[in-house]
Amino acid sequence: MDLSHILEIASSTDPGMVRSHNEDAVASDASHGIAVLADGMGGYNAGEVASGMATTVITTELARELGKVRPYDSDPGTGRPVAERLLREQILNANTSIYQASQSQPQYAGMGTTLVTCLFYDNRVMVAHLGDSRLYRLRGEQLEQLTRDHSLLQEQIDSGLLTAEQAKTAQHKNLVTRALGIDLGIEPEIHEHSCKAGDIYLLCSDGLCDMVSDEDIGMALQALGANLALAAQQLVQMANDNGGRDNVSVILVRVLREYPAARGVMAKFFAWLK
Amino acid sequence: MAKLILSMDGLVLKEIPLVKERTTIGRKPHNDIQIDNLAVSGEHAVIVTIMNDSFLEDLGSTNGTMVNGGTVKKHFLQSNDVIELGKYKLKYIAEAGQPVGASAADFEKTMVLRPSAMKAAAEQARAMTTAAAAPDGTQPQSKPDLAEAARAAAAQHVASSAASAGTASKPEPPAAAPLASQPPKAAQPLGAIQILSGGNAGKELELTKPLTTLGKPGTQVAVLTRRPQGYFITHVEGAQHPTVNGQSIGSAPHALKDHDVVEIAGVKMEFFLKS
Repeated sequence: MDLSHILEIASSTDPGMVRSHNEDAVASDASHGIAVLADGMGGYNAGEVASGMATTVITTELARELGKVRPYDSDPGTGRPVAERLLREQILNANTSIYQASQSQPQYAGMGTTLVTCLFYDNRVMVAHLGDSRLYRLRGEQLEQLTRDHSLLQEQIDSGLLTAEQAKTAQHKNLVTRALGIDLGIEPEIHEHSCKAGDIYLLCSDGLCDMVSDEDIGMALQALGANLALAAQQLVQMANDNGGRDNVSVILVRVLREYPAARGVMAKFFAWLK
Repeated sequence: MAKLILSMDGLVLKEIPLVKERTTIGRKPHNDIQIDNLAVSGEHAVIVTIMNDSFLEDLGSTNGTMVNGGTVKKHFLQSNDVIELGKYKLKYIAEAGQPVGASAADFEKTMVLRPSAMKAAAEQARAMTTAAAAPDGTQPQSKPDLAEAARAAAAQHVASSAASAGTASKPEPPAAAPLASQPPKAAQPLGAIQILSGGNAGKELELTKPLTTLGKPGTQVAVLTRRPQGYFITHVEGAQHPTVNGQSIGSAPHALKDHDVVEIAGVKMEFFLKS
């Protein structure tokens, strides 16, 4: 099912005001309903290599697999939608590629990347993430964070050691507890959410949410939702205006209308008529 | 680096820098900070330091640990907190000004912290307290992960402080947490618009928010953004683009000057700066 008329996607990525390199990478494929954002880490240009590999491998391989199977079918092995298996497989795939590159080439030793990936299908979105790159959803006037960071800070908040207020002034925001490419065994967190027409999804690196409050992000999305490309630029600009201490990347995905999968013969016929 | 100042009855006894990831406090001699007083338990409390943040944890002591007058089990230490154990007081002083300016940005560099590494590091610290000062590096892997991360951060530190020397030499205070977006805005004059034509003529709107949208959704909408450099107007939607002083601004952001006349969706308005 081609989603290019149903999903509007805009993205923006910027090195920020302090760093010389941009270690973030973004990729999207509206027709297959894929959006991938990665925030790389590692010396010299290794961070860029890791995040670039992650976005490229996942986008192309997912698109290829989607040509063979239907994401909404339930997987005979697990009873979960095939989409979940596809995401996990391709993330592990990318993980292996990055890990092997870092093992075989000394200049890439220790490189890794955080990741947030969305796969849209059948009025739903399957989200996988590792580390502190986030997914937000604006529905109506409500901005909600759908992913939970895999970071030391989040663990400390969860265990009651820090309050959300104290977390804002903590200095170890940057320590992530899960990442792609640093180990062979990784565990991406995968969840499914239902979509509604008009929803705007925001994938972003920590360069945005560390610099711009959720309140301001929500305001920008509501005010500029009509012009997605401008909204993406505005978010990056707001992060830079506030100091831009890290690379800033955003992908915005708007669901223009509902997109139930055409399951039966008649449904397929009507889908074809549309 | 953060430090503790140990005192009793207002008399300063010792200054202790928090160099280790785990600094133990207790009556027994193997503690990093030994306080030989019967009111203090053998293993009384521990301070875990991660980067620039320190956490105090009571280890089930008999008489408890107080911070600023209240009993705590676990506590995220803030600068100038006073920890009390019996008659002894430990004042916590967070890292002061000097090297932080450069490091604040470097510490935002994303790094991986493996849970296994943390556990092993903690175990190592525990092992070291009993096996009296085992030389570093004899312990299982993981610790090098942290050491390596610290080294990488230090290397980054040198590289970026060299790079930033030419560009932004403005030292950042340690508490300049990213979300502190207010200071640059406070210094900037407040802008406002006054409607000149249409039904709302004469009305005034102060532009206090980072962005304000104007116009009719579906017909023509423009956004006024408040930035450190001043105010800008940008076209958002609609076939018609807004005009400033009679000139169409196109689709790029346009900087607004005092007393510019803007027209959006057929409504004229004047932009001005309030002093």
